[in-house]
Amino acid sequence: MVTFIVRRIGAGIVMLVVISTIAFLMLYAGGGDIARHILGQQATQDQVIAKAHDLGLDQPVFSQYAQWLGNALHGNLGQSWFNGQDVTAAMASRFPVTFSIVMGATLLSALLAVVLGVWAASRRGVVDKVVQVVSLLGFAIPGFLVALALVLVLAINLKLFKPTGYTPLTDDPGAWLSSITLPVIALAIGGIASVTQQVRGSVIDALRQDYVRTLRSRGLSRSRVIFKHVLRNAGGPALAVLAVQFIGMFGGAVIIEQIFAIPGLGQVGVSATTQGDIPLVMGLVLVTAALVVVVNLLIDLLQGWLNPKVRLS
Amino acid sequence: MTAIAPLPDPQFTPQVEVLAVGDVGSRRTSLFRRLLRNPMAVVAMVWLVLLALVSVFSSVIAPGDPSHGDPINTLLPPGGHFPLGTDAAGHNVLSQLIHGGLFSLAGALLTLVIAVAIGVTGGLLAGYFGGWFDAVSSWLAGIVMALPGIIVLLAARAALGPSMWLSMSVFGVLVSPAFFRLVYAAVTAVRNELYVDAARVSGLSDSRIIGRHILTVVRAPIIIQASMMLGIAIAIQAGLEFLGLGDLNLPTWGGLLRNGFAEIYDAPLLTLWPSLVIGLTCIALTLLGNAMRDELEQSGAAPKKRGAVSEIVREPVVTHAEEAGAKIGETLLEVTDLRVGYDQRDGTVKEVVSDVSFSVHRGEVHGIIGESGSGKTQSAFAIMRLLPEGGRIIGGTVLFEGADLASMSENEMTKLRGRKIAYIPQEPMSNLDPSFTVGSQLVEPLRLKLGLSTAEAKAKALDLLAKVGIPNPERTFKAYPHEVSGGMAQRVLIAGAISCEPDLLIADEPTTALDVTVQAEVLNLLRDLNHELDMGVILVTHNFGVVADLCDRVSVMRNGRIVETGPVRSIFASPEHEYTKSLFAAILDEAPARGALPEPSQGGAK
Repeated sequence: MVTFIVRRIGAGIVMLVVISTIAFLMLYAGGGDIARHILGQQATQDQVIAKAHDLGLDQPVFSQYAQWLGNALHGNLGQSWFNGQDVTAAMASRFPVTFSIVMGATLLSALLAVVLGVWAASRRGVVDKVVQVVSLLGFAIPGFLVALALVLVLAINLKLFKPTGYTPLTDDPGAWLSSITLPVIALAIGGIASVTQQVRGSVIDALRQDYVRTLRSRGLSRSRVIFKHVLRNAGGPALAVLAVQFIGMFGGAVIIEQIFAIPGLGQVGVSATTQGDIPLVMGLVLVTAALVVVVNLLIDLLQGWLNPKVRLS
Repeated sequence: MTAIAPLPDPQFTPQVEVLAVGDVGSRRTSLFRRLLRNPMAVVAMVWLVLLALVSVFSSVIAPGDPSHGDPINTLLPPGGHFPLGTDAAGHNVLSQLIHGGLFSLAGALLTLVIAVAIGVTGGLLAGYFGGWFDAVSSWLAGIVMALPGIIVLLAARAALGPSMWLSMSVFGVLVSPAFFRLVYAAVTAVRNELYVDAARVSGLSDSRIIGRHILTVVRAPIIIQASMMLGIAIAIQAGLEFLGLGDLNLPTWGGLLRNGFAEIYDAPLLTLWPSLVIGLTCIALTLLGNAMRDELEQSGAAPKKRGAVSEIVREPVVTHAEEAGAKIGETLLEVTDLRVGYDQRDGTVKEVVSDVSFSVHRGEVHGIIGESGSGKTQSAFAIMRLLPEGGRIIGGTVLFEGADLASMSENEMTKLRGRKIAYIPQEPMSNLDPSFTVGSQLVEPLRLKLGLSTAEAKAKALDLLAKVGIPNPERTFKAYPHEVSGGMAQRVLIAGAISCEPDLLIADEPTTALDVTVQAEVLNLLRDLNHELDMGVILVTHNFGVVADLCDRVSVMRNGRIVETGPVRSIFASPEHEYTKSLFAAILDEAPARGALPEPSQGGAK
């Protein structure tokens, strides 16, 4: 088990290095043009050269990368080119905001998916058909359209929620909950749809296993067998899909944050991208990659807990 | 979800195996025809064809120049020359929507072409040739799939600048692993098929084999995946344009959405039109892909079922008289005219067990013998009311201690199971829940049915394990099912079945899956337990050796009916039904040394 974890952590680090290298080379290959872009068309050639030198852009891209990597290992991701903001601090202050809506959407997805998936799989018939059609629609409709519909109907017309803005949890828990409700729903629709499909499929598979009949023959009720034994065995594949959804929602949050004016990572990412503020974009890529690595590791550990065969190998 | 998840969900990836056999070429034509009979698919196709036509002829159809802004007529409501009104800059919204279709569809197609080109080529090469290319490309596919698509697109936009075509090309690369994995899985499955070997031996070149034998297999799944992928690409593109990260010069659906959203308080309809078009297009593409998969799955599954069951022939049951002076215990179970049926898709019921009658007395072992498909296991499941999905008792009574199990409520059945009626399955390994230890699976019913405490239940479970001959009960108790041998697992299952001291034990081919030496031990164990606990036992088997060894009475089943029934000695001495005789003939061929009437007290199994 320990070697398994160590190997997974090692693989994660390799992935981080590969992704950061590719991203850095792509983003910083612009060279001198970047300084011109920052200073604008009025700047003289000398000013541009001086700016490029300040930012280290006149050095070969590999030595720039080595320097960036060295700093990154010490937690320093550089400064914004446009407003001098510290990238690490910007990521640290925005991450909890995005994380709270993504986590909320993940929990909502997991909860509803288990309820709907088990319901559809154990009842079959009409219930199953309805759940399948609805989840197919939830899968097909882009999340940001759902977000727009929610804003239009629930916030602007019915005035049940504030259409935009974010209140930190520490300021006012009630207002926080109200401010993340719509974004979480919009983000969760796709997740609910996909995970429900998976839960339904794996529960149907698990219900057909021989041990289900044997457990029932010992006098265990159907619901007990479903919720203790079937769900445990169906959990692995469902968890894998949930992990994919979690990562996907992290990306989806970029658009959702824009619609609800939520000051999360996505907002930084969009404005930095539009401006060409490379250090911030690089920071966002790194934070995302690190999150992916951590999530995958956690999922592996959970899979081991769910499935004793994985635990041993 | 399309804009949210980086890649299509694996659940929505079409099953490749379904297509691995048969003539795919002719099936594709019939697939299209069958889609025409699926109303959802027809609606989706009509919408998509209309959309494509309108987009291609946008310059003819659109009521005005989409880029012509009229500063006087801003934010007009729908009507007149502006069927969908105008936006904040006075653009004709309908014109913009129609022209936007061209760019949105073209962008999505670009993504698809790149994804298919990379994914299919890579998947074919990696799957067919293997080696380092396989390792590297699979690893790359994993990395590309790891990051959320939008974040990568943000970075690409920052590095490469604002171009819709570039962004959609990058997205094509990002989603190519979906096709890569699809093709890779299909190719590795097909590569070692005999017909591919045969093609190779007969001198076909690799490219011919790939083209002829492998591409035909993956063609349909690729089309399905492509349909889903187009929807995702349209959503992603709209999302990027909505964020203002696309070409601001091109009219696109996402750009319209962005303009509309800016006026959401004053003119909510401006958001509605592009939302509708984007939403309907994504839904149409997904529904179409789903309909295609459904049709393919049905065509793959349907032929298997046909001809599996032969017609039930009604003929009188040959009944042997009871032996004079035989000691018979109280009647435990009285099955009368039991009929079991399965609901079919077309609404009919297929009868698999017909007019089965027999009884089981306390202390006796009643064998039910027949070949596979004869309905013996179905009868056993019916008595426990644990028939597989779709199956149910459609007639007859199952009297157990005076109550009719056939009409009993599920709650009452649950109370009876385990406590009064227990079951030993055929295949030991698949009948233990792999996620829980052997011990916890024994303890759970003891606590529930007998109300024992955790400690008492554990002590009892260890006793049981010792009783069924497990050498180290403590170790087996803590083990997971995959850590014990088949013989041990079967003993564990027997321990579980007798744990609440049932009156009736149903054993479904309890030795079939075991080694010959272990078979004999398990049979001995069953005989001992039968004597000790004074249970009635129903022993389902296809082996006359086991019947001779263990049973007091036997019923011979064929095609869902009992053809001959009576005391074992009598049937062995004078089988009357042709089928019983042929079963005996079969044993004699197999093991000529065994006489017609072996001594039941000896433990020599076949």
